[in-house]
Amino acid sequence: MSIVLDRVCKSFGEHRVLDELSLEVREGETMAVIGGSGSGKSVLLKTIVGLIPPDSGAVTVDGRDVRSLDRRGLYELRRNIGYVFQFAALFDSMTVGENVAMGLRRVPGMTEAAIRDRVLESLARVELEGYENRMPAELSGGQRKRVGLARAIATRPRYILYDEPTTGLDPVTTALIDRLILKMASDLGVTSVVITHDMTSACRIADRIAMLHGGRIRQVGPPDAIMHSEDPVVRGFVEGRPELMQGAA
Amino acid sequence: MSQQWILPFAQLGRTGVNAAGALGKFGSFAAATARAATDTATWPANVIRQMARLGVDSVPIALFIAAFTGIVLSLQASYTFTGAVPLYFVGVLVQKTMILELGPVLTGLALSGRVGANIAAEIGTMRVTEQIDALETLAYDPISYLVVPRVVAGVVMFPVVVAFANTMGIVAAWITAINLLDLSTAEFIRGLRLFFQPFDVTYSLIKAASFGLAVTLVGCHNGFTTSGGAMGVGRATTRAVVAGSMLILVLNAFWAVALL
Repeated sequence: MSIVLDRVCKSFGEHRVLDELSLEVREGETMAVIGGSGSGKSVLLKTIVGLIPPDSGAVTVDGRDVRSLDRRGLYELRRNIGYVFQFAALFDSMTVGENVAMGLRRVPGMTEAAIRDRVLESLARVELEGYENRMPAELSGGQRKRVGLARAIATRPRYILYDEPTTGLDPVTTALIDRLILKMASDLGVTSVVITHDMTSACRIADRIAMLHGGRIRQVGPPDAIMHSEDPVVRGFVEGRPELMQGAA
Repeated sequence: MSQQWILPFAQLGRTGVNAAGALGKFGSFAAATARAATDTATWPANVIRQMARLGVDSVPIALFIAAFTGIVLSLQASYTFTGAVPLYFVGVLVQKTMILELGPVLTGLALSGRVGANIAAEIGTMRVTEQIDALETLAYDPISYLVVPRVVAGVVMFPVVVAFANTMGIVAAWITAINLLDLSTAEFIRGLRLFFQPFDVTYSLIKAASFGLAVTLVGCHNGFTTSGGAMGVGRATTRAVVAGSMLILVLNAFWAVALL
């Protein structure tokens, strides 16, 4: 079981964001997707979960073509996918506990007691014990992201998609989030896709890194291979040298 | 240069196409809302909260508007009838005008501002902060979860608010009549009852329910289609109020043609 994108295209108006993009995320691995701002990383993530339908190509999760699923099938699929949003996307009018419980209320047969236990357990996993009655407005940026992660893991998904989980955080909080991502992978055995700009973070958490450029995957490989890539586009991004990227095709 | 004359027609054509497109999208949204109403596992839990927010919380502003409308109606009726029509006809005019027209329309317009803006701003903010996407990823249909409860609350609560407003307008007109005009309570009530038809109340409440449907649906649609951050939320809110108010006036004319 894995996530496979096969020649996926997506345009917004005249702007082609994904251009025959192909990528396979293997069972149990953590794949970091790096790339410049506006390169389509978030679009890629949203095509996996069916939030943005591709114009052409196939997105397959657990062997099921996401495009062919009806609404019910899509919701069944999403129960197996946790999504951590860039700015957490917590529901402002609900407490932290209610936010984490939202997905659980869609799981058939879960009692209120079981939901409460799972909420507390999920908050404990992200080191936020005792925060269940707080409102999102009372939390720091890092805490909001951890609540977003707790909400994503509450339903025990097999996949977790992280959309820039460390953007805007200080180095210490970034390290904490990275540690949690690794912990989720080892404790829950989930397959993860992490969108990030942060090379330190990508190298710390990823089994493989994919570089997205020009709507396609430019290179995929272990962190070491990406960090020492011969490709000028990849090197330019990794080393923060735009002149290398501009010179390449 | 020779084809300059065609530009206004081209602009007119573009405007027509855009308007037809917007109308089509709104119709499609309304149809999706009707379909989502069958998802009874999702929306009923939120209806009571929305009824309180959209309806109960709107009662004070509706009563305020109705009270001053009733005062003015009473005084203007007396001014108009002086010497020509018996003064107890003040009650007739107040009852007919308040129940048939001013109660539902003024309340509807006020609630278009209060409720329509509130819905568009809230859902618009949820859209730009990805909370609606988050609902999708948590296996909720956002239309079932966000739109249907608001529309149901609007359809149920607008008539309740209008009923309160109608009553308040008539009571304010009565207090004005017995204190500022040379009219007794018995005369005022005689006027109220003279041409009263129970259908008047039905007509008023049907109009109110349709206004509730229009205001909430327009507010939700504008919120859902918000893009572009805080500025986009501001634009969506303005659009919701303007379109909701216009729709109220159109529906008001429609019901007059259809039912009177």
